Amino acid sequence: MTITTTKSAFRKGMADAAPFVLVIIPFSSLFGILATEAGLSVFETLAFSVVVIAGAAQFTALQLMQEHAPTAIVLASALAVNLRMAMYSASLTPYIGAAPLWQRAFAAYLTVDQSYVCSMAQYEKQPDMTIQQRMAYFFGCVTPIVPLWYLFTLIGAMLGTQIPDSWALDFALPITFLAMIAPMFRTPAHVVAALVASAASLATASMPYSLGLIVAGMVGMMAGARTEVWLDRRSEGAA
Amino acid sequence: MMIDKGTLWFVIIALGIGSFGLRFVFTGLVGDREMPAWLLRHLRYTAVAILPALVTPQVLAPAATGGQFDPARFAAAAVALTVGIVTKNVLVAIISGGVTLYGLLWLLG
Repeated sequence: MTITTTKSAFRKGMADAAPFVLVIIPFSSLFGILATEAGLSVFETLAFSVVVIAGAAQFTALQLMQEHAPTAIVLASALAVNLRMAMYSASLTPYIGAAPLWQRAFAAYLTVDQSYVCSMAQYEKQPDMTIQQRMAYFFGCVTPIVPLWYLFTLIGAMLGTQIPDSWALDFALPITFLAMIAPMFRTPAHVVAALVASAASLATASMPYSLGLIVAGMVGMMAGARTEVWLDRRSEGAA
Repeated sequence: MMIDKGTLWFVIIALGIGSFGLRFVFTGLVGDREMPAWLLRHLRYTAVAILPALVTPQVLAPAATGGQFDPARFAAAAVALTVGIVTKNVLVAIISGGVTLYGLLWLLG
């Protein structure tokens, strides 16, 4: 289907993003459940999802607050997890940078993994879209996703406190993170970054104030960047 | 275990502002100006470095077992990661990890 009007762009966005509903519902429910297990009220849990609207960062902040890490470390770690949003923002800019500021501000709030992935694929596939059509497509993508993010955070939060300890939900978080990391291993450099960061996290586990996480993350990032440079040089040498 | 309410709201609001800032910085403020290549090269690996660093100590020494190595939790983590790498499907990986965890907790418990 080729987009010809603003309305058809919006509708195509909704249709293309619809399968992500299957990911959003369990993720947001899980956040609701774990947040109330950690002692947050239903209102606090919902506010968290509405204000921050970033699954991995919310889970990270929740885990570190439970470990009573210093607030600065909680924020630095959760924002580091969310740094990919800046990458998304950077790569969306050539396509939607010409839209009015208020629309760009809404789009910024609504930039999540799913809206980014869908929109970039569509913008690259059909480069002749007008700026209005691009914005309509973007807002179409978030329409089936973001309201469900709020709703199922709320439902998870209301169910949360009824779930017994024997369900071992403490481990839902590590499993969720590992499942989220796996599809990110696109190049050898990504694998190196992850392995080095893991090893460094064990080596720095005794550092005070959960600083080990930041140090391990930075060491992993440097390892990934160095590997990328090295691989680039090697392929240039081979060519 | 309780999270202090003042801290919680500070984290929610600061994280909300910070996350919006990260999303707005380019689309809203930077526009088409170039970023230094070395910075972009490091930013590419943030998520893939921070998340494993967060998870690894929990996998090898889970808080729920008082920091003792737990075969069920370790196997569940290994299965979730392996299935995720093979299928590239986050949901299938989570379910596989969950089934492994419950299966082993039941078998060994």
